[in-house]
Amino acid sequence: MTSVVVLDYGSGNVRSAQRALERVGADVTVTADPAAVADADGLVVPGVGAFAACMEGLRAADAPRLIGRRLAGGRPVLGICVGMQVLFETGVEHGVVTQGLGEWPGTVERLTADVLPHMGWNTVDASPDSVMLAGLDDAYFYFVHSYAAREWQLVPDVSSRVPRASARVSWTTYGAPFVSAVENGPLWATQFHPEKSGDTGAELLANWLRTLA
Amino acid sequence: MTLAVRVIPCLDVDAGRVVKGVNFEGLRDAGDPVALARFYDAEGADELVFLDITASSGDRETTYDVVRRTADEVFIPLTVGGGVRSPDDFDRLLRAGADKVSLSTAAVRTPDLIDEAARLFGSQCVVLSVDTRRSTRTPSGFEVTTHGGREDTDRDTIAWVREATDRGVGEILLNSMDADGTRSGFDLDLIARVRETVDVPIIASGGAGGVEHFVPAVLAGADAVLAASIFHFGDVSIAEVKRTIADAGLTVRPRG
Repeated sequence: MTSVVVLDYGSGNVRSAQRALERVGADVTVTADPAAVADADGLVVPGVGAFAACMEGLRAADAPRLIGRRLAGGRPVLGICVGMQVLFETGVEHGVVTQGLGEWPGTVERLTADVLPHMGWNTVDASPDSVMLAGLDDAYFYFVHSYAAREWQLVPDVSSRVPRASARVSWTTYGAPFVSAVENGPLWATQFHPEKSGDTGAELLANWLRTLA
Repeated sequence: MTLAVRVIPCLDVDAGRVVKGVNFEGLRDAGDPVALARFYDAEGADELVFLDITASSGDRETTYDVVRRTADEVFIPLTVGGGVRSPDDFDRLLRAGADKVSLSTAAVRTPDLIDEAARLFGSQCVVLSVDTRRSTRTPSGFEVTTHGGREDTDRDTIAWVREATDRGVGEILLNSMDADGTRSGFDLDLIARVRETVDVPIIASGGAGGVEHFVPAVLAGADAVLAASIFHFGDVSIAEVKRTIADAGLTVRPRG
């Protein structure tokens, strides 16, 4: 059975993530134990609330190092919502710039739309070669956020510490386009919540599980 | 690509059981919130709202249990409200599997609770539930009530939603006590007034009596529409409401 750890660092409702992954056949543990995080076939980094608060929680759990080690070894990691946002270099909320994990260049900033948060079901325009969203192009997923990466700036760098294929990037439009899903080597992420996106979300999680050892 | 209008059934839960007559053929236990949540999920509900009306605090454990069992089986967003008085209540509901928690009476009494909840858990999971009625005692002509409309507050509804949003509320569940139970349609004027005031999503509630009532609420400015009895009595299905909204050229999420 494929083992998945949902990283437990005090972030919101992780029970849904656990149950949604179990539903598609994963053996799920909710923990921040370094050995368990390192050993799992897949690591899910959830996240809700403020960018800065999430980074604080992640640092307190030594997560930046644990995530970095997994990626250096090519071990799959899936970031969800703010768990995706912190993978970028910086986040700007209320004028405060917070350092992210810096796996990807770029800044997470406030969306421009009449009504925020962007709350509810919206479609994802899947990258043509997306594995995560195979069979799910233009499907509806559940979003709750006011911030996102509005540009994708990663240029594949062969000299990178972590050798990674170029990224498959999927987009959603709310006010303006933003990055709603990324597949970049072992590092995948979604701005939406697959664990709250019904059967569609379950299909996405099943797509991810199939890529795990 | 457009954000879909959300259609949301609301369940009143008392000591772990759904109250107000709910009667569906094929539903083995129509009083079981988990069974109903499953039913509405299959019908295409975009979210669920549980309103806990349990009076005795000793029975509140059953609420957490219901939330837990629902979140274990139903993978759409769940908002839980009713009797939430402290950040600790908030935390327990989120841990049980709620995605959003709604505040009403406690927020009116202690507005700082909003700031604290938003700081601790993020605005995205703080819903302000506003029970409001028309009144001559407030500048806007709308007054906030508490305890399910039984108590007046002298608080102006429009000023209150503005203040609550400034304090960090991420969504407003706007319930018209005048329209509630009348089945004569949502209070469109109220929705429009709140829409002019805040830029967070609005869930319109109170007054839905037929499929024809939902589109006007959206056009007045609601991002989501909520109803209880007309869904529970089977007068109107979630699918019929969505079809009507789609026929008006608005976006809905097709059934998975």
